[in-house]
Amino acid sequence: MEATANATATLESNLWGGGVEPMKASYGKLMMWFFLISDTFTFSALLVTYGMIRFSFPGYDGPTADFVSSPLYWPIPEKIFDALPLLHGVTAPLIFVGIMTFILIFSSVTMVLAVEAGHRMDKADVEKYMLWTILGGAAFLGCQAWEWTHFIHGTDEGSVFKQIVDGKWVEKTIFGANLTENQYGPAAFADLFFFITGFHGTHVFSGVILNILIFFRSSTGFYDRRGSYEMVEKVGLYWHFVDLVWVFVFTFFYLV
Amino acid sequence: MSAVETILAPQVQAQEHEHEVLPFWRQYIFSEDHKIIAKQYMISGIFWAILGAGMSVLFRIQLGFPKASLGWLKPLLGGWITETNNLDPNFYLALVTMHGTIMVFFVLTAGLSGTFSNFLIPLQIGARDMASGFMNMLSFWFFFVSSVIMFYSIFISTGPAAGGWVIYPPLSALPQAHPGSELGMTLWLVSMTLFIISALLGGINYITTVINLRTRGMTFDRLPLTIWAFLITAILGLISFPVLLSAALLLIFDRHFGTSFYLSEIYIKGEALPNVGGSPILFQHLFWFLGHPEVYIVLLPALGITSEVIATNSRKPIFGYHAMIYSMIGIAFLAFIVWAHHMFVTGMNPFLGSVFMFLTLIIAIPSAVKAFNYITTLWRGNIVFTPAMLFSIGLVSLFVTGGLTGIILGNSALDIQLHDTYFVVAHFHIVMGAASAFGFFAGVYHWFPKMFGRMMNQTQGQIHFWLTFVGIYLIFFPMHYIGIAGFPRRYYQFTSFDFTKSSFADLNMFISIAAALTFAGQFIFLWNVFYSIFKGKKAPLNPWRSSTLEWTTPVNPGHGNWVGEIPAVYRWPYDYSKPGATEDFIPQNVPYSQTTESNFPHETALIAEEKNMLPYSPNDQFRTEAH
Repeated sequence: MEATANATATLESNLWGGGVEPMKASYGKLMMWFFLISDTFTFSALLVTYGMIRFSFPGYDGPTADFVSSPLYWPIPEKIFDALPLLHGVTAPLIFVGIMTFILIFSSVTMVLAVEAGHRMDKADVEKYMLWTILGGAAFLGCQAWEWTHFIHGTDEGSVFKQIVDGKWVEKTIFGANLTENQYGPAAFADLFFFITGFHGTHVFSGVILNILIFFRSSTGFYDRRGSYEMVEKVGLYWHFVDLVWVFVFTFFYLV
Repeated sequence: MSAVETILAPQVQAQEHEHEVLPFWRQYIFSEDHKIIAKQYMISGIFWAILGAGMSVLFRIQLGFPKASLGWLKPLLGGWITETNNLDPNFYLALVTMHGTIMVFFVLTAGLSGTFSNFLIPLQIGARDMASGFMNMLSFWFFFVSSVIMFYSIFISTGPAAGGWVIYPPLSALPQAHPGSELGMTLWLVSMTLFIISALLGGINYITTVINLRTRGMTFDRLPLTIWAFLITAILGLISFPVLLSAALLLIFDRHFGTSFYLSEIYIKGEALPNVGGSPILFQHLFWFLGHPEVYIVLLPALGITSEVIATNSRKPIFGYHAMIYSMIGIAFLAFIVWAHHMFVTGMNPFLGSVFMFLTLIIAIPSAVKAFNYITTLWRGNIVFTPAMLFSIGLVSLFVTGGLTGIILGNSALDIQLHDTYFVVAHFHIVMGAASAFGFFAGVYHWFPKMFGRMMNQTQGQIHFWLTFVGIYLIFFPMHYIGIAGFPRRYYQFTSFDFTKSSFADLNMFISIAAALTFAGQFIFLWNVFYSIFKGKKAPLNPWRSSTLEWTTPVNPGHGNWVGEIPAVYRWPYDYSKPGATEDFIPQNVPYSQTTESNFPHETALIAEEKNMLPYSPNDQFRTEAH
């Protein structure tokens, strides 16, 4: 008995002394944290790329109302992302992407609730909130699919750009954007848009897959048998991270 | 004496853990045991080293004997020897590129860090295995697949990647730029992407294991310096490799999907490419944000191994244990903010160049701290010249020599003159290439008894050392002069000018002969390793009379490393030649209460706390499995 009492005292006084897990974080949780640190740098590199290419182009310096797209300067985001599904011809600057962002952030809230339910070992609540989170993630991906589709198809009028083809100036009407041409501005804008939102979307997609896995395992009672819902917490960390990254992507592409 | 013997005797205690017998392929091929994975990395590393160093001999033949008839290489190189019996210039570039890629990533990153981080972390911190054996296995097999793809790329008809190991676009981005930029470059990128995944899986595991699985009493300031080095290396890799991943993915898009991240305003054969808006300099920034820390990813494990080997074989505590840790942390921190010193000639603002120059030169301070600490550790020690010790001392020599030219190259004014010459080649081959390779040799010679339960041949080891040490200096010292004379690297031949033909041709020839002989000398090592695995003398429990934990395991540690409980740790790992002690070393697991004759007053004060030490480690992985 005495040894046990002493042992507890030592454990508490010397968390970094070895023999115990400091910060009481399991190795799996630590690994997730370190993975997120490394993924931060993956995204940072991409956002630095965005910044460097963005500022190698001049911005549009006329009055916003007169803005027309040109490959010579960077577009104004609210003039580009102003469409809504099913409401053709309505100008709603950044409304749709705002809804997308709200959905994703809300799915983080439901994830927090799922993690909290996991701490209480409340199987029913974990399932309920995981389902909401999966729904939020899927809705975000659906929105992104629509956003991409609209971006690829372009506006009804398209944009008339003057280009040099085989040494001659030609006028060409471009509809929508792909990786080599872009009606909204420089091709680099579309390249970065597709690459970075696509890379983020891939992360969200993996997150949804993980969430489905967690939901499945929780509903089959796997975590009850294991006696711990820590896995929900680990995937939760990933999910919050993906949301946080979206906040930065959103800021870079839509706000500045 | 008695204290040491009690501890060294293998503990025989009942162990609850069931020891299941695994089938062959689970035990030796898809193994999750860190010791097996370490050996897998070692064998793969040695394989790649032979290939990578062999390639350097091939292109040294071209550089040393540019007019020689190379028909005798046809059986080996086939179509890469032209009809006039010369080396195909395209293949020369491919050789240079593959030599760099293989040596930096596959040998000195995977081979060095992969082998010794895997082998030593659990053994020296007192853990049963890595935090996640499965991820550790995955890490090796990602590396293996990456290796297979890179190996395959050597044999395709357009040849492997040939844009230099730094793969700068637009050369690497445009398939029409060079035959090597076709399929070879694609395979390079695929292979490196898998390699990065492998490095991340491994690195996350190393860091987590060191934080969470230290045995009781193993505080961070009782960790051997090897572990500190591996930990810092893993953190460097964790932060820098993802940036290369991003850079590589963007390059893949430029190559295959028509984007222009790195491309702008390019004419090929008078025809303008449609790409505008990108920047090749951007790639250099992203690449060197990995590339510079990579230098330390390669070097730090070697420095860690050297610290351990030098202290053990000088029979003295390492001089400045904390200074060593702080200087490694300092080097690691600085590694991230000096990358642009590789880019002084890209037309960057000279003021920015001065900032990067200043930060670069600061690295000399922690590096010098380490060099002086090694020398002061050796000072008046009872030096035992084992092969591992010789290679460690050799490393210190190379570290100083190469470090001095680093100060020269760090100055932008000088670097603009010397950029991309053989001076640079000589500098980094000494300080990073050869020094890290010496770390690998030292590690293999020192921990071979623990890995295979047998001893390597000492005499052969010493011969191997002297051949390699003298050889390295014979190769790279003259190279500095060639660089100062203005010879650019990666050129196929230098026969167009009179001065290059007369005076420097002999120097190049000399270097090539030295390189071939040094390469030949490595076969002594190969023989020694593979012969000793099967036929070496049986190793005693603690052949180097070392104080770290790995020597408290059985000669051939099984699954879980220790029989019975994991030993507790009571002291730092460098109690060598302690005044008053009966032996000239006291292992880490000997309590102060057993060494009253040699304790310092503050250590005697710690005896009272030793009673509180738990009889077991709560984070013992076998224990958690049980409940």
